[in-house]
Amino acid sequence: MKKFLFNLGLVLLVILALLVWIRLPWIGVVALALLFALWLALSRSGRQAASVTVVGVSTIRQRAGSSSVIVIGIAGVVAVLVALLAMGEGLTATLASGGRSDTAIVLRGGAAAESASVLLRDDVLAVEQAPGVARDAAGKPAMSAELVVAASLKQKGSNEDANAQLRGVDAEAWALRPDLKIVQGRKFKPGLRELVVGQGAARQFAGLAVGDEVKLGTESWTVVGVFASGDAYDSELWADRQSVASAYRRGNSAESVLVKLTGTAAFDGFKAALMSDPKLKVETSTTADYFARQSAGLARTIRVVGLTVGVIMAIGAIFGALNCMFAAVASRAREIATLRAIGFRGVPVVVSVMLETMLLALAGGVLGALIVWLVFNGYTTSTLNGLTQVVFDFKVSPALMWSGLKWALAIGFIGGLFPAVRAARLPVTTALREL
Amino acid sequence: MKYLHLIWAALFRRKTRTLLTLVSIIAAFLLFGLLNSVRLAFSAGDSVDGAGRLIVNSRMSMQNPLPESLGARIATVPGVTAVASSNWFGGVYQDPRNQVVSFAVSQNYIDLYPEIVLPADQRAAWERTRTGAIVGAALAKKYGWKVGDKIPLQSTIFPSKASGNNTWTFDITGIFHAKSEQDAGREQLLLFHWKYFDENNAFGAGTVHWYVVKVADPAHADAVATTIDAISANSDHETKAQTEQAFQASFIKQLVNIGLIVVSIMGAVFFTLLLLTGNTMMQAVRERTSELAVLKTIGFSSRSVQVMVLAESVLLLLLGGLIGLAVVSLIVPGIGAASGGMIPVHGVSASTWVIGIALMLAIGVIVGWIPAWRAMRLNIVDALSGR
Repeated sequence: MKKFLFNLGLVLLVILALLVWIRLPWIGVVALALLFALWLALSRSGRQAASVTVVGVSTIRQRAGSSSVIVIGIAGVVAVLVALLAMGEGLTATLASGGRSDTAIVLRGGAAAESASVLLRDDVLAVEQAPGVARDAAGKPAMSAELVVAASLKQKGSNEDANAQLRGVDAEAWALRPDLKIVQGRKFKPGLRELVVGQGAARQFAGLAVGDEVKLGTESWTVVGVFASGDAYDSELWADRQSVASAYRRGNSAESVLVKLTGTAAFDGFKAALMSDPKLKVETSTTADYFARQSAGLARTIRVVGLTVGVIMAIGAIFGALNCMFAAVASRAREIATLRAIGFRGVPVVVSVMLETMLLALAGGVLGALIVWLVFNGYTTSTLNGLTQVVFDFKVSPALMWSGLKWALAIGFIGGLFPAVRAARLPVTTALREL
Repeated sequence: MKYLHLIWAALFRRKTRTLLTLVSIIAAFLLFGLLNSVRLAFSAGDSVDGAGRLIVNSRMSMQNPLPESLGARIATVPGVTAVASSNWFGGVYQDPRNQVVSFAVSQNYIDLYPEIVLPADQRAAWERTRTGAIVGAALAKKYGWKVGDKIPLQSTIFPSKASGNNTWTFDITGIFHAKSEQDAGREQLLLFHWKYFDENNAFGAGTVHWYVVKVADPAHADAVATTIDAISANSDHETKAQTEQAFQASFIKQLVNIGLIVVSIMGAVFFTLLLLTGNTMMQAVRERTSELAVLKTIGFSSRSVQVMVLAESVLLLLLGGLIGLAVVSLIVPGIGAASGGMIPVHGVSASTWVIGIALMLAIGVIVGWIPAWRAMRLNIVDALSGR
């Protein structure tokens, strides 16, 4: 009964420690490590713990096989976890960063994305008249009605078709997206069948170099330039709206209208005006909100998948570490019992076994994070967003690598605690008689 | 077999160690079962029933409509036995997040999909009802729909003439089931009449998003596809005909290379597992050196000692692996349901079991090989004297 209660207490302690650990910011971890180092150096039992740890660590080499199980097991967990989260982070960064708070997007009511929206010419004209729309000196509104179609193109390095997003834009579109820069060639000329392609699309699809002729729909188009924007637009092809509309028989309709507002504060008035117009059935949000919403679902899915896989792998790694440390404690049972017989207390023994496991775990965590960083940082891939491809880079940020290390240390903590307690509670007499 | 109790006893000689190792193995195979089920779910659709079906859509873009009149011309192509049509509807139920995969189809659409099973009386009722819709069993269960219900669906694309907004009303006249587990993804569908769609659609008329074409001989599918594409070549509605498998495969490949991700994760997991169980087995044999020597002394041959050690490691892997896969088959249906059809998994398929068991045997043998070899080469005198 007493043993059961003790173990129950230990499990509760572990859960409590994990909860605190998850919330602990890096400054807290550094403070904790400093306090621990001070205790090791200054107090009597701390110095005892340090010397016992040195003995334990020096025997790691004789247990290379089982020690490497801990290191590699934890490296695997950290690598997979960080890689999956880096994928999610990269995708979010690409999808969410295109927005601004002083630019609004107008879609048909109920439409969650551009591909599900249709705006007729009257709608576009009504948006133009709404209050809050920025105008240039000549009174021309800063807005662009846009048309998106999924165009079939051959992927590079394979003969397979994939969907690229072809966006037909008005002349003002460039001014509405100040982050978007032409990096090669020039902008398309209105009325001509000319394309400007995003740098992501140029990498992803075949035949999109400047000067190439490419067949989209029934027509042949000339690629005249490449642009860079660092967000989802990078995966698109841009052309004049009228040319796209005639090639894809879309008439005067558009899918969305992008509007530059006179300021961030103007959005509420703009929205209220559109909502109160009984002829209009549209929805509007700032582009910052719109892009954040676009990425939320996909990013959440990737995060959930990453964490699920990570947790299952971590459970496997914890039990692997437990196994190895129990074996290590068992093989050193006589040595530990001797230490206790000559007067070492329980705490230094517990601390030394824990410290040893956590050192191995730390090595595994660093190894895993480093591998992912070397292999995946900046690794480019693509996925479908709605119907069309979006190209994005993996983003192995320091924050992700840090959380990977925290996972590693947590696994080491659990994997070391139970063997450490076993070592400290072993009756000295039986341990000495063993073997 | 007669040594089974001996192997079993050896395996559980150190209960803690074996149990800890088992949990690691269970975790590894749990992950394998889950990931492989997801991978298979996304590559599903290459069923036998799918063979010989072509999907014909616009070459320009999947969203671009084709004229309805094209169907009759496709039907005249030699080798084509049936043509059905389908349109996107983009339905949502009550909340924009509750997407319902819904298509407006021609009446013969379900004839081309023998994997959909609809009772004959419900089929007749559907054909009689202009606003009739048939729904998959899984979808009906999710929203509690029954035959005879009148349900409103919002289309994210098409306004309805009758209501003046995006709300369309349907009468549920039938609930269909999938013929086999493999096609369970189809139970998420809602199908309704193209006629109702066309008459009540405020935009455009007489158009179809894609045709499903049944060919007489799947071996000639490519030739038929070329002929179909030739009908509309150089018109303003050029088509692209491809087999259903190719159509689905291109989608999945664009989504993400799931196969590659699964293989890399499992590679990392199994490499670690190999080290872990290998280490356990080495320890187990090292501890038992004297026991093995006794076995040899009383007449066990070197070979049978080797086989026993090997069998022990294979048994360990099988035990953990089978428990892991059993857990997967318990939780997978729950995951499929919780994801609302996003992850179309419904159970652990036979091929996952087969690959899993093959992996258990292979890892068991690899891991047990060195300890078993050591046990075989054991010199009785040295071992007993503890040298």
